[in-house]
Amino acid sequence: MKFIRDFMDKIEPDKESRFLHTLWDGFDTFLYVPDHVTKKGTHIKDGMDLKRTMIHVVIAMQFAFLIGMYNIGHQHYFALGLFPDFFSGFGAKLLYGVLQYLPMIIVVHLVGLGIEFIFAANKGHAIEEGFLVSGFLIPLVMPPATPLWMVALATAFAVVIAKEAFGGTGMNIFNIALIARVFVFFAFPAEISGDEIWIAPDYSWLHKGFSAVASLFGSADFFSMSVPANLVDGYTGATPLSLASKGGWESVQAYSVTIQGEVYHPYEVSNLIFGNVPGSVGEGSKVGIIIGALFLVFTRIASWRIMLSMILGTMFMSILLNVINVSYSSEVTNVFISVPWYYQFAMGSMFFAMAFMATDPVTASGTNTGKWVYGFMIGVVGIIIRVLNPAYPEGWMLAILLLNVFAPLIDHVVLQQNIKRRLSRVKA
Amino acid sequence: MKLSNLTKVTGLSVWFSSLSVINFAQGSAEDPSSANSLVILLFTCVMVLVVFLAAIMGDKIIKLAAGKIRKDSEAKEFGLIPSIKELIFGTQDTSQSKKKITKLSRGFDIKLKGKAKKSISIYNSATYAIKPTDYKGLQPIPKMLLKEGAKVKAGEKIFYDKGFEGVFFTSPVSGKLIEIRRAEKRAIAEIVIQSDGKNSSVKFKAAAPKSLGESGVKSQLLESGAWTAFVERPFGVIANPTLRPNSIHISCSDTAPLAVDYRYVLDQLNQKNIQTGIDALNELSDKVYLNLDKQANKSSKVDQFEGIEINTFLGEHPAGNVGVQIHHTDAIAKGDAVWTIKIEDVATIGKLFNEGVYAPEKIVALTGSIVKNPHYVKTRQGANIAQLIEGQIQEDNSRVVSGNVLSGTQIAKDGFIGAYDNLISVIEEGNQQEMFGWILPQTARPSISPTFPWRMMELARFDANTNMRGEQRAFVVSGQYEEVLPMDVYPQHLMKAIIKNDFEEMEGLGIYELIEEDIAICEFACTSKQPLQGILREGLDYIRSQN
Repeated sequence: MKFIRDFMDKIEPDKESRFLHTLWDGFDTFLYVPDHVTKKGTHIKDGMDLKRTMIHVVIAMQFAFLIGMYNIGHQHYFALGLFPDFFSGFGAKLLYGVLQYLPMIIVVHLVGLGIEFIFAANKGHAIEEGFLVSGFLIPLVMPPATPLWMVALATAFAVVIAKEAFGGTGMNIFNIALIARVFVFFAFPAEISGDEIWIAPDYSWLHKGFSAVASLFGSADFFSMSVPANLVDGYTGATPLSLASKGGWESVQAYSVTIQGEVYHPYEVSNLIFGNVPGSVGEGSKVGIIIGALFLVFTRIASWRIMLSMILGTMFMSILLNVINVSYSSEVTNVFISVPWYYQFAMGSMFFAMAFMATDPVTASGTNTGKWVYGFMIGVVGIIIRVLNPAYPEGWMLAILLLNVFAPLIDHVVLQQNIKRRLSRVKA
Repeated sequence: MKLSNLTKVTGLSVWFSSLSVINFAQGSAEDPSSANSLVILLFTCVMVLVVFLAAIMGDKIIKLAAGKIRKDSEAKEFGLIPSIKELIFGTQDTSQSKKKITKLSRGFDIKLKGKAKKSISIYNSATYAIKPTDYKGLQPIPKMLLKEGAKVKAGEKIFYDKGFEGVFFTSPVSGKLIEIRRAEKRAIAEIVIQSDGKNSSVKFKAAAPKSLGESGVKSQLLESGAWTAFVERPFGVIANPTLRPNSIHISCSDTAPLAVDYRYVLDQLNQKNIQTGIDALNELSDKVYLNLDKQANKSSKVDQFEGIEINTFLGEHPAGNVGVQIHHTDAIAKGDAVWTIKIEDVATIGKLFNEGVYAPEKIVALTGSIVKNPHYVKTRQGANIAQLIEGQIQEDNSRVVSGNVLSGTQIAKDGFIGAYDNLISVIEEGNQQEMFGWILPQTARPSISPTFPWRMMELARFDANTNMRGEQRAFVVSGQYEEVLPMDVYPQHLMKAIIKNDFEEMEGLGIYELIEEDIAICEFACTSKQPLQGILREGLDYIRSQN
């Protein structure tokens, strides 16, 4: 391993060229923990640092990420009426998903890391690790067919405006990944609204290229591209949430697609939970997300208080809506509130928002008491937006951003209580 | 009125049942067809919650009212809610048992290899030193009373500081003042005294503290230099002799990594001296506490002491820190002063009044995984360590720390033990790079994070080195400091208040209750590698300069 060290020492650029040196330093500290020793304060330090914290969040995302990536392929072929079973056409689905999704990850990292490096070099700082997580979260919250230039623009906007403008990692007020998504959501409403954006029906040049290479090795038409890209009978691409807002839980269950004479119900509860439904890449698989969330809780990287209170808040609000529905059934026109509260968990991206978005320690409340309030309020506001607001199909993005604004206020109240307790001890 | 537990239980249940009867009566009076089961269930839940909240509110109000006319500990016995513990195990008469036990659930023990074995030898160093830098709040150049070459006796005045009128710093041994070592800008770093081996002392009055009274005790302590053993909270500076503190806390506990075993230290100290010392402290303050940790709690010797209130603190580090202990017994508010002193210094004070001699003896542990034979020595304050560690350290690339590895000071291999320290920790320097060390660490290391598999091994002890284990970052992770600090403070927000120089917020968030050693464990645990102790001292200095 010494030759790597020697190589790194050999190529170390001059400190005068700041950008190159920052780049080298970022790579060097990625390879090696520096040989810095403690000077003041404690003589020994905990083995945990920010890199390790962040990489554990990325690891926790992998379950949802892998299932989500495969699911891109599955949704593509399902919409075209091919390989209707989840595991049939495994290779084609997996490679379709990888080739559709990989460019997005690469673009996000190139744009985001590029901006980070430029800012770090200008400030004379070391590269900060925040983007390790953001770089994976941004592609996960994008619809799979989002054009790459849009992703690049959103990433640049989020990193510059939401993060670097506030002073970098640890200083931001809003969740970076959500700002990227909210940018796409509001800047390109035409492209991102509607039902069909949640699947990727087309083949990109990568797919075509791979298919050409595969044909050289005797695998003709690897991606079944000869099948015309027409949506199969009954397939609308509508997500469970948009169905529920129009026709309640019954219409979610009633949704069916006929493929080769067989009737499929894509939105059975088991499918909703396992995650083979259209949607953003990361949000689908409840199983994968919950495994990741448990991993984060047991490694104590993310706050279990926020996760639990957000579940409680969601429960509270959906039960309340159910009660209203039962009590005033004759006057209620919104069918969405009749969806039983436990099915609210099965649909949409509640768990993804809970595990990876709400628990961002920088933008969440910093006090333990505050975390309970923060998580609970996200749950309440998220369900209100999802169910009662006809304009937005899902509520978590806006709920979390709203509570990001309130988090410092919640902390302020908690701290004032602490200050009051202390003042009450002063003897008059 | 003070209610028995049985009355409380009966009263509460009567109230509950009468309310639910009313509740049901109202429910059935309405048209039963319109009500559905879900609404009734929800309504009942809300009612139960309201009744429960009302009971808790009433309980708190009664306790508050009781607290105004009685002491806090007595006020706890009032209120409406019965204590479940007392219902099951029966009431314990707390006035009878002398020890009060406090269990602290938050904290973290850093388990390092190289704890001192229980064997003790006497270590007479050739040179001793007084280091003005050991005492917080002193001017960089204090006023010297003696010149280089002067002959001194133990307890002879060497220098004083204008900021602490009447407090003198004296020689720990008899011999010759051979050198005044200076640091940058002529600040005095070390005053070195060559011991003549006789340890003869200036003669002081040998009289019972009670017969001398407060002023007599005070002047003898100030004259002899024994006074410098008192540390005043807030700020952690030398005690101000013009004050009468709320209380004095004798610290007989230490949970820091590799810390001395106070049960063993108690065995080495003279019981009679300690008792006389306690008598002297009782002249200075109305309340004297003795704070024990898990080890010292097992010692039978503490039961014999009189004139003190004993508190035992069980829990992981920093449960043994006197700052945390004060927080749980006698929390400092603005304008208060509390003094702390270590048990070995109480014995020194006792000897001063019993025999009329100043003999600042310390039981010091030499520890660390790279020390060949970690053990205890009996020596005097400010001893040189050169002969002590000679042939003991098996690694050249090492660091010697006077005090524990969290809040101690690095000293040279021929340096002197700090005035308040009873521990020498020797650890390896960590000036090596580690490939992918942040994700795939190659050696076991202490950490509060469960991402390190070794954390599961409760009994495992670790080698530790001085590597930073990462680079400094902005505050990112939250709730981490609270996890290891068993106090009602929000360290991260306090640090931010200090950084932005917000005077009122610093006060409000409890800066008066902390000194460096209390938040050292937070600094160790900090993911962002922030220098918390340095930041805290800046804040304390700022507040002190404003007052």
